[in-house]
Amino acid sequence: MRLEYFQLIDRIVDINLADRKIRTEATVPTESTIFEGHFPGFPLMPGVLLIEAMAQTSGWLVVAVNRFERMPFLAAVKDAKFRTFATPGQKFSLEATLVHEGSGYAITKASIALDGKPICDAELTFRIMDFPSDEMQHKMRETAALVGFPAEVPANG
Amino acid sequence: MSSTFDTIANIIAETCDIPRDSIKPESHAINDLGIDSLDFLDIAFAIDKAFGIKLPLEQWTQEVNDGKATTDQYFVLKNLSARIDELVAAKGA
Repeated sequence: MRLEYFQLIDRIVDINLADRKIRTEATVPTESTIFEGHFPGFPLMPGVLLIEAMAQTSGWLVVAVNRFERMPFLAAVKDAKFRTFATPGQKFSLEATLVHEGSGYAITKASIALDGKPICDAELTFRIMDFPSDEMQHKMRETAALVGFPAEVPANG
Repeated sequence: MSSTFDTIANIIAETCDIPRDSIKPESHAINDLGIDSLDFLDIAFAIDKAFGIKLPLEQWTQEVNDGKATTDQYFVLKNLSARIDELVAAKGA
């Protein structure tokens, strides 16, 4: 994770378009100013950032399904459950499944696990829109390359 | 077997916490029931699942924005029911 860049995902492990599933990895940094406040003397990964990590995992899946032609924006979070503490240095396995692809929206179910044990899960709703600008689409492609967006998923539609 | 209108009225009542008996076939989802676009995504998801269809929300929005249709055609519930029946029939054709 590069928290200072709001990049919550380190690597895409696998995107399976047939099953509409994605797996990613992310390691919580051992040091961050975030942990100075959350909490002093007891550093915990904030739940909102765990949601963001699940949203980014889901987002790459939705981007792949849409062949990089459209962009998902987080619209709703439902049934978010934080089942245990997440702490600095932990290496997470994240998964997301596309539950429904509607007209202009998508629903995913996402989860984070540590060594097979559940950390958190949620149902996420995204609005699917055209990229607001060519610059954003270009930057997203750059970020996709950084996290290992697979070459076999066409990045140019 | 409940009618299409009953099914969507029940979905709206449950999704948006609107009293079921205040939801009429003549109700406009946006203007009368106060459903916003985000809540309507929940309704669309439930309708898509219940009827096995994909409500063409983007197409409808585009038609309204282009002046080719009015919101009444898609968001007055009796009209929405008719659109759903058409989509279900087209799926089975």
